[in-house]
Amino acid sequence: MMEKQNTGTQPVLQAVNLTKRFGGLVAVNNVSLDIYPGEVVALAGDNGAGKSTLIKMISGVYRPDAGHIYLEGREITMASPLEARSLGIETIYQDLALCENLDATVNIFLGREPTKRLLGLFKQVDRNLMLAESNKVLDRLDIHIPNLRRPIRQMSGGQRQAVAIARAVYWNARLVIMDEPTAALGVPEQRKVHELIHTLKRQNVPVIIISHNLQDIFAVADRIVVMRRGHKVGDVPAGEVTDDDLVAMMVGSA
Amino acid sequence: MRLQTGEIRSSRFWLDTLSKIWAWLFLLGMVAFFSVAGDGFLTPFNIQAILANMAILMIIAIGQTYVIISGGIDLSVGWVMGMAAVISATVMNRLPESSPLWLVVLSGLFAGLLAAWIAGLVNGILIARLNVPPFIATLGMFGIARGIGFLLSGGMPVPIYVRGLGFLGNGFLLYHHPTAGWSFLSPPPGLAQAELRNLTGYFPFVVIVMLVLLVIAHITLSRTKFGLHTYAIGGNKEAAMRAGIPVERRLVAIYLLSATFAAIAGIVYNVRFTNGAANAGEAMLLDTVAAVVIGGASLFGGAGTVIGTLIGALIISVLANGLVILRVNPFWQFIAVGIVIIIAVLIDQAREKFAQE
Repeated sequence: MMEKQNTGTQPVLQAVNLTKRFGGLVAVNNVSLDIYPGEVVALAGDNGAGKSTLIKMISGVYRPDAGHIYLEGREITMASPLEARSLGIETIYQDLALCENLDATVNIFLGREPTKRLLGLFKQVDRNLMLAESNKVLDRLDIHIPNLRRPIRQMSGGQRQAVAIARAVYWNARLVIMDEPTAALGVPEQRKVHELIHTLKRQNVPVIIISHNLQDIFAVADRIVVMRRGHKVGDVPAGEVTDDDLVAMMVGSA
Repeated sequence: MRLQTGEIRSSRFWLDTLSKIWAWLFLLGMVAFFSVAGDGFLTPFNIQAILANMAILMIIAIGQTYVIISGGIDLSVGWVMGMAAVISATVMNRLPESSPLWLVVLSGLFAGLLAAWIAGLVNGILIARLNVPPFIATLGMFGIARGIGFLLSGGMPVPIYVRGLGFLGNGFLLYHHPTAGWSFLSPPPGLAQAELRNLTGYFPFVVIVMLVLLVIAHITLSRTKFGLHTYAIGGNKEAAMRAGIPVERRLVAIYLLSATFAAIAGIVYNVRFTNGAANAGEAMLLDTVAAVVIGGASLFGGAGTVIGTLIGALIISVLANGLVILRVNPFWQFIAVGIVIIIAVLIDQAREKFAQE
């Protein structure tokens, strides 16, 4: 993966000298980050290291106090997470933000439902189109969920994560951000999420993953960015570090 | 990669099925019982009476269905209905005597709607913008609408002196007389006063109004974006917001809708009883919530249908009618409805508990 960066491929996302202050606290201090196509970057760090704040600037939740963000070479400013989504930056939160009373197809299209005219009178939600398109995107991700018309409530944790990822990908995500994707899952389900991240990678969609789980990080990441007290203290290929190196960087004893 | 769910546990399956069909079974059982035990229950006349008597309840319950699916509750419906009924009655009385009936009814409807929309808008803004819990916001409106209704009417029912109004409210689309035959919209001409008692009406106007509103509300809820968003907001408001659904606007619209149906019910009351009373809808809070919950809606939000609410309203109306036919003291109806609503909520909670496991 490092070669890719060196051959001069354009990064999908470039964050340059981002800073965010909350009162006197500098949550993120002059951090730069490049994300290349098909790359999985893990963001590691202790609680309060500034991982979430950094991600929230990239996903449009916070406005940076200083610095610039470039998406495929063009500078972008985002007033809201919705704007970030419309630019192709999809964030999958830890709680997945799914409506558990609704089925997978509706959740994939929530807020952007396709409609067709019925008898020329009113616009009706096109459920068949939603089902067909949901099947397409799930096929693309190599996910098989029996009966997509079941409410999310009846699905397993892994299936829910798959639906959330499918929703992000369907809308042609140029970058997927995942916040603690395996936190609530059992071991077999964690593996499935790892497989999904590999699938995204094969399709050249870059992924930023925030995780406390070192196993997660080593299972999927090409590169690990370590943060401590608002600073970026490490940016290393995953193959070149050990658990201990990582922990040392996180707590600052290296 | 396969992501399989575990086998569906049969207990959950049965509970799920039971929670979906128990109201239908209950209604069928009741109809069967009253048909056998009550004299004159299963006649066209009585069935139409049941439907006409439930029109007001059903119309308000449509709005309540949307509100409860969105995860809220509208406690103010009954008094908003009464306030609209008083205002519309007053306006109808003020119009010149020569005004055509349709103009009188439309003016009354519009005046009642205006008042209700203010109430609905205030409810919606309090709940959607200012994050006041629906229970509190609409409880406040409960008191305000009640006070306005009584103040405007001086605490007395307002009789409406408009000719032909009662005919509209209690009229039928079709009439049949054993000797004079069929007629459309009005009784066959030339019938003696004494002969009118042999007249049978079919398709009461108020039932037609109820059915039209019901069909429109059902299609809107089950097929449009607005309906889908109502479910999404009730299921997970935060997720709905993040998905870009205009949650605030939708919630205001939902409470406006509830007030609109309450006002329409107020006008139906006006034309049916040719008066307007501030306390006309006093029983509507219990009855509409009962109808919606019996119909399978969840008080946790996110579930419910207009058809389910129709079943719930039918259960309440059949119960009231059947008890009268059996010559049981009608006050028992309140107790029976109370028990049925508690059963419905218990089933809902059991289903919710299973779903979370």
